[in-house]
Amino acid sequence: MKKSVFLGALTVASLVAGAAAAATLDDVKARGKLNCGTNTGLVGFAAPDANGEWFGFDVGVCRAVAAAVLGDPSAIEFVPTTGKTRFTALASGEIDVLARNTTWTFSRDVDLKFTFVGVNYYDGQGFMVPKALGVTSAKELDGATVCIQAGTTTELNLADFFRVNNISYEPVPIETNAEAQQQYLAGACDVYTTDASGLAATRATFEDPTAHVVLPEIISKEPLGPLVRHGDDDWADIVRWTLNALIAAEELGITSANVDELAANPTNNPEINRMLGTEGNLGEMLGLPADWAVKAIKAGGNYGELFEKYIGENTPIGLARGLNAQWTDGGLMYVPPFR
Amino acid sequence: MSDLSYVRKEMLSQQAAPSTSVGVIGWMRENLFSSWLNGLLSLVALYLVYSVLSAILPWVFHSSWTANSLQECRQQISTAYGPDAHGACWAVIRERYLQLIFGFYPSELYWRPILAFGLALLALAPVLFTGLPRKMLQGSLAAPFLVPWLLWGGSFWIPVSAALGFVLGYVAFRVVSSLAGSLLGLIAAVAAAVIWWLTLASAWVGVMDGVIPLGIEAISSRNFGGFMLSITIGLVAITVSLPIGVMLALGRQSNLIIVRAICVGFIEFIRGVPLITLLFVASVLLNYFLPPGTDFDIILRVIIMVTIFASAYMAEVVRGGLAALPKGQYEAADALGLDYWKAQRLIIMPQALKISIPVIVSTFIGVFKDTTLVSIIGLLDPLGLSNAIRANAAWNGVVWELYGFIAFMFFVFCFSMSRYSMYLERKLRTEHR
Amino acid sequence: MTTVSDAPKATFRLSMLIYDTRYRSMTIQVVALFAFMLMAAWLINNTAQNLAALGKPIDFGFFTERAGYDINQRLIDYSSNSSHLRASVVGLLNTLLVAVLGCALATVVGVTIGVLRLSKNWLVARIMTVYVETFRNVPVLLWIVFFMAILIENLPPPNAFRGADPAASMLFGDSVALTNRGFYIPEPLFSRGLGDISIFGAFNVSLELLAVLAMLVGGFFAAGLIRKRADRIQEATGVRPTTWYLRLGVIVLPVVALLYALGFYLGYPALKGFNFQGGIYMRNSLIALWLALSFYTAAFIAEIVRSGILAISKGQTEAAAALGIRPNRIMSLVILPQALRVIIPPLISQYLNLTKNSSLAIAVGYMDITGTLGGITMNQTGRELECVLMLMLVYLVISLIISVVMNWYNNRVKLVER
Repeated sequence: MKKSVFLGALTVASLVAGAAAAATLDDVKARGKLNCGTNTGLVGFAAPDANGEWFGFDVGVCRAVAAAVLGDPSAIEFVPTTGKTRFTALASGEIDVLARNTTWTFSRDVDLKFTFVGVNYYDGQGFMVPKALGVTSAKELDGATVCIQAGTTTELNLADFFRVNNISYEPVPIETNAEAQQQYLAGACDVYTTDASGLAATRATFEDPTAHVVLPEIISKEPLGPLVRHGDDDWADIVRWTLNALIAAEELGITSANVDELAANPTNNPEINRMLGTEGNLGEMLGLPADWAVKAIKAGGNYGELFEKYIGENTPIGLARGLNAQWTDGGLMYVPPFR
Repeated sequence: MSDLSYVRKEMLSQQAAPSTSVGVIGWMRENLFSSWLNGLLSLVALYLVYSVLSAILPWVFHSSWTANSLQECRQQISTAYGPDAHGACWAVIRERYLQLIFGFYPSELYWRPILAFGLALLALAPVLFTGLPRKMLQGSLAAPFLVPWLLWGGSFWIPVSAALGFVLGYVAFRVVSSLAGSLLGLIAAVAAAVIWWLTLASAWVGVMDGVIPLGIEAISSRNFGGFMLSITIGLVAITVSLPIGVMLALGRQSNLIIVRAICVGFIEFIRGVPLITLLFVASVLLNYFLPPGTDFDIILRVIIMVTIFASAYMAEVVRGGLAALPKGQYEAADALGLDYWKAQRLIIMPQALKISIPVIVSTFIGVFKDTTLVSIIGLLDPLGLSNAIRANAAWNGVVWELYGFIAFMFFVFCFSMSRYSMYLERKLRTEHR
Repeated sequence: MTTVSDAPKATFRLSMLIYDTRYRSMTIQVVALFAFMLMAAWLINNTAQNLAALGKPIDFGFFTERAGYDINQRLIDYSSNSSHLRASVVGLLNTLLVAVLGCALATVVGVTIGVLRLSKNWLVARIMTVYVETFRNVPVLLWIVFFMAILIENLPPPNAFRGADPAASMLFGDSVALTNRGFYIPEPLFSRGLGDISIFGAFNVSLELLAVLAMLVGGFFAAGLIRKRADRIQEATGVRPTTWYLRLGVIVLPVVALLYALGFYLGYPALKGFNFQGGIYMRNSLIALWLALSFYTAAFIAEIVRSGILAISKGQTEAAAALGIRPNRIMSLVILPQALRVIIPPLISQYLNLTKNSSLAIAVGYMDITGTLGGITMNQTGRELECVLMLMLVYLVISLIISVVMNWYNNRVKLVER
């Protein structure tokens, strides 16, 4: 399916040939790189450092997929996408997987023809206000000016919430988190609304975080997860089970520190053995090497490690696990068994 | 007569001008306070300058260059200049200036874009400065092939094969036009070149790579960013748009109705829509328009759309140049019995393009400034990168320093170019009279 | 080969299509048309194939669906229950609003600066040069973001107006409030209003506004008649009657009378709840966009004006002076009409640029048509092709209208060449 179009010296060097419809796995292997769509920059979830290396929670998922498929977490190209361009980039085959804090909704799954492979962060839309306002509930916000990040589900949720509660508001749509933060801090809006994780991350970087409160209302469900194109189930399986492996690894106590040891010396827990490829042939079924999960876990650690490293309580962002704890700890992280 | 004592015999030495009309005071009286209205205007202007500078300068100089995060910056500034001081956190520029300039290009290969842009300048020099020897122009022909090769890397045979296409086309033109006339020759030339590029070239590159592997590390265009991206887009767009623009301008002036209609339609359509909608096309639609399975990366798509955009403007610039030529030039060319293409090539175009160079330079400035729009579709040009940098927890909240730096860089680039175009305009004016 | 003219019928050969200049142009055109149609067909075919593969046939039906999002600045009634089409119209009106405001301010600022740049005052001329160079050589997108940041960081939030000893206070006797959310200015209200009328059942237009507009138009028309009469008297007798007070009165008095009859009063903004209520609210995004576009374009207009004035040779002024025309009449009767011929065409293309640049509104969250149709609507419906095509069409129509005006003007003032 490779189609090369020669357009002179200018274009040929950077021409990327790919196939939109057929086996993504083969394309990725042939290319030797995974193309991963990320945010252009969101604290904790995806941002480049001074050397141009990308880091973050969403980025970690992509790196795990790259490690599982290609054996190398750095065999990856990051394609920064905006709220507008992300779906086209995925649909056109420019990226293989989109990990850009994207909410799993019916219309995106069905109408836009994508496959969400799971949830890596359970989020919900919340409100942040300065403490000095003395507001304790979102229902007291009649007439307030609300900063929203545009191009997302947030503005729809917001319109619905205020309509249902029959209160008026003044929406201020803003393109990036950084600008929203600037307006909010200067008092150009009373309220900042976005996903609760984003609120926490933003609040954490303020000079005085204690002067701001996140209101108790969570007005929407925002299951954020990686997604792939509709129609390539094999590829969807790979991404889905890589994510599942990260989550299951935490549940089973496999970390990036002990995964080598566990893989070298099979334990007496058959599920661990099956996942790490020392027993059975799960890797083969996916079309991957037997140690795919080992590589994925080693890339950045299991789900819990990723969480702690980029957005957990010891980071400036300081998110609690909450809904994102393992089901054994009362959270929603519950993956199907590896068998 | 000499005894008339009341007649002065020698000239009085010239008196010094009154102190109010020479030196600093005289200059000020003449230029600042020539009337009470002017005086008032001067005072207002002085106050304006003072208030702007007094707001900006302390901020610029009460700064920190060494910190590693915004918090550290604030601490350093408050310990050095007192707790109320607001200073610039230039440390973010110190840490990220290479990224703002080169994007994600591998740092050990920075010499390549520098060399490439140097080469491009060198190639442009004989076009821009008429004092240089004309022979250098032949060297300029190699630049369009070498510059992209240096930027994107890959096999050396790729630019060679692209150049070969032109050589082939030229040979075909010479052979066929001597046999069957210039029109068929032109068609044959285009056909030969296109066939070479579309079918044979990639195979040839493969063969040559097998025989003599000669190449440098390939860099995918996703690694382009910062000012390098802006310059690349601007440079490629202007270079490629010039020939397209000339053809469009000729088409628009032509008396073939259908050709003219197509050209006018294209030019007016592109000029009638904002660049941002064309960039939307590049980011979300262009893949729909191409055969299923083709996949240019986004930067290439953007370059294509910006080139199309620039071509329409270039066509109008060239048309302006054509219109500025006295009619006598066309009539003289006809009188000499030159056919259409010869007249264009030998008489009309050299003059029209020469008149248009200042406007071409300002079009380039415009396109270069407009490259900032790509940040809206998520490319990491300087503005896009500034957002990405702020997404780093250490620099969250840095605004003015980044914008200031970017604005300063753009100003330096554009200002020097506009000075150049003014110099050119002055020069052309004297040459004409 | 059916289209052959009479004379050469007997000797027509195929090769004449290329070598005979009578047919060659025809051949080229047919080939060009064919190539063009082939290209278009190729693009359309590709698009159809790709869309079919994605399962997204072209469908403009989404325009009638519920939009679901709110727009803060709306010149016509709109709520989140309105359709996407209505949201687009709201956006279009916002685009036109900022374009018109921008063109007006850019002209005023640009002409002022262009004239001041020629000032004999060294300092003023230098400052204006610095202004022009600074604004011209930095991208307009940066200016828009700059102005927004300046507004947000430097003006007080509405909170600062609160309390017994507020940190900020309103201007002009508590009638104007400058906050970092935007400016609140008094609004015209009527105690004996006439109500609204509905046009096409879609837009409500206030009758008071229409009445005032009608009065103004009538007033200007009457003033024109008075001026014409003055011209006639001048031509007949050589003495021009003083008419400025008549003309002013005929414009102002009916409007004042109408306003009085309608019970005109000003509604002042007042701090209530989170925000100021009442008055006209100009949002910070509108102001930042407006100022940035105006000042940016003004730098270009200044250059146009300067070169326009410089283009008129000194001999014209001297000749007019020799005819005994007074200096201010020299400007209005001799210099300006000639300078305008040079100034207007590039000026209009600057207006065109300003209108197109207003599409950068999304950078500050101003909901123009790029923000509604090309922004939220496109995101929510996923209909990129339809949205972008419609967006381009709208801008194209605006541009075409402006260039039709430009061409009409150009033809009117063109010097007749040989």
